[in-house]
Amino acid sequence: MKVTFPHMGYLYVPVRSLLNSLGVEVIVPPAISQETITLGTRYAPEFACLPLKVNIGNFLEAKELGADTILMAGGVGPCRFGYYSQVQREILSDLGIDLDMIILEPPQGQWRLLLRGLKRLTAKASPLAVYRAGALAWAKLKALDFMAKEMHPIQAREAVRGRTMRAWKEMVERIDDADNTKAVQEATQQGLALLRKIPLQTAKDTLKVGLVGEIYTILEPAVNLDIERSLGEMGVEVIRSVYLSDWVVTNLVLHTLHLRDDTEHYRLAAPYLNHFVGGHGLESISSTIEYARAGIDGVVHVAPLTCMPEIVAKSILPQVSMDEDIPVLTLMLDEHSAEAGIKTRLEAFCELLQARRNRQQTCHKRNCDVPAQCREGFTFEGISRN
Amino acid sequence: MRAYLGIDLGSVSTNFIVLSQNGEVLANIYLRTQGNPIQAVKKGLLRTKSELPSNITISGVGTTGSGRQLAGIMVGADIVKNEITAHGIAAANEVPGVRTVLEIGGQDSKIIILRDGMVIDFAMNTVCAAGTGSFLDRQAERLGLPIEQFGQLAMRSQNPVRIAGRCAVFAESDMIHKQQLGHSMEDIARGLCQALVRNYLNNVAKGKDIFPPVLFQGGVAANVGMKQAFEEALQMEVWVPTQHAVMGALGAAVLARRKTTDSAKSNFRGFKVSDWNFDVKGKQCHGCSNCCEVVEIQGEGQTLARWGDRCGRWSEQIPMQTA
Repeated sequence: MKVTFPHMGYLYVPVRSLLNSLGVEVIVPPAISQETITLGTRYAPEFACLPLKVNIGNFLEAKELGADTILMAGGVGPCRFGYYSQVQREILSDLGIDLDMIILEPPQGQWRLLLRGLKRLTAKASPLAVYRAGALAWAKLKALDFMAKEMHPIQAREAVRGRTMRAWKEMVERIDDADNTKAVQEATQQGLALLRKIPLQTAKDTLKVGLVGEIYTILEPAVNLDIERSLGEMGVEVIRSVYLSDWVVTNLVLHTLHLRDDTEHYRLAAPYLNHFVGGHGLESISSTIEYARAGIDGVVHVAPLTCMPEIVAKSILPQVSMDEDIPVLTLMLDEHSAEAGIKTRLEAFCELLQARRNRQQTCHKRNCDVPAQCREGFTFEGISRN
Repeated sequence: MRAYLGIDLGSVSTNFIVLSQNGEVLANIYLRTQGNPIQAVKKGLLRTKSELPSNITISGVGTTGSGRQLAGIMVGADIVKNEITAHGIAAANEVPGVRTVLEIGGQDSKIIILRDGMVIDFAMNTVCAAGTGSFLDRQAERLGLPIEQFGQLAMRSQNPVRIAGRCAVFAESDMIHKQQLGHSMEDIARGLCQALVRNYLNNVAKGKDIFPPVLFQGGVAANVGMKQAFEEALQMEVWVPTQHAVMGALGAAVLARRKTTDSAKSNFRGFKVSDWNFDVKGKQCHGCSNCCEVVEIQGEGQTLARWGDRCGRWSEQIPMQTA
């Protein structure tokens, strides 16, 4: 059995580690490229959301490398992700491609299905080995999320463009190479040292922008046209609302045990939306409110075109933006391949955030009578920073 | 005399503005880009120079538009800014109290919301180019009308036909259908203007508060039929600034003036650039799996800039002059 799975940011690191330690052979699909997206859009229904299409591209490219089995997560809606595995299986079988599919259905649905999926993967491993495999994968995921959080403020202040990104790539490789939890800890320390060595610009008060929206578009740089890097390299500190490890704890562990840690999100979103709408629709709203109150300068909201939960959020966000006095930029992503269009919008957005901040700092009150002098205070350098 | 040059290198047109220290427009050039941005910049520089009195020194240069980086490298810009900011700045400069800017250019359309002279919100067309200048151009051509007369003709109509405006492709088939039924040219022209305005308000301006004063700018603002259709739909007066077609360049010039008033020397390479030989080379980097397409700009045999690489491996070797 040679197992493959779809890409989503650095998800491949912990998943490969997990499967390898279980004694399963793994084929990681090639990094998502324009070719992957072209392949996926050729065979997927036109109105399906982008992640489904990219997944198909991943599977087909992994098949070329010899994969014979797909590991895919299931879901129970209302987001269409719940149907992905079924639709993808149909598409692949219509293409006459022989790929077996192991679907891990979330326990909110049926325990039996989850156990059946897991049993096929863990057949060769003892309970102790399963525990160890899980612990190592979890350590890697936690380490990567931790490093990503540490990286954002440094990227916004780096003195030479691209240094942070280079360090990040090295950190991912080191964590990927670690073969026990102790090695993961060492890799994390080495990674931190790498980050600390990056020369920074002299003390700079950077803009802070919250990134909210659909999990796949937030986490996969190839799909969001590297939005975190673009913002970071413009000198903006990104505050990401979704981290994979948090998602695993909330959705896979706590909800399975009928416990919650998301009541705060529900409480914040309640004046606008008091029902789960699938995906991260509700969290997009609650996080925007949270960021506004924490003094974050603005929010960028990303989602794939036709994403139902985020369309709900998108229609509510203008009201939230007005009530909480925080600018929001929504970017609906599809098969765009031109970074330039996104960068233009991001730069203009940050520009208005900077002008707002200058004004707030000069006048200390919102309805200022002498806007002329504040207008002059443009300091945001945008993409011409480097 | 000190003056400031603004260049807007757009997909359809390339515009040049020279602004004096106290905001007077000394030169104003509008050229078609015609798919050759380098040629357009060189030609524009030449024409700008010929329009300027000899006692002018360029003390600052700003570039904007989709080709802003290229233009910036070619001429040696002091500031390179996105077109949304540039248009907002220009509008606030023309009409200090402006609160809404409707901008329709060749390939894009945007709405900019300002309060107290500051941009507070904006939107730009994303997945659909219906209602932009290129579409109007094409339809005028189909009707056999010079685009310059399109607006005048629409103004003469008393009884505009209803044309579906949601999608440009269907607007076109709807329009042909009306044509075949024998509707007059002016009724169709006015109907088309109304359809485009509906499309713009539903797609680009969706969910934005439009308050007067409203400024209508961009190449399409020359079309009086569109201005009238906006006034009907919004039920308020719409202003078209005199420099409507070159507002991006004007904004860039204003930004350049702001940026360089205190700093000593401009990066401007001089008007001699119009005689330079520029060469653009594209190559794929195989350093990693990203396979970035790296673009290299050469001027007079010297490498001026490289971009397109995600990691900075190529661009880092040559410090950009626009920092």
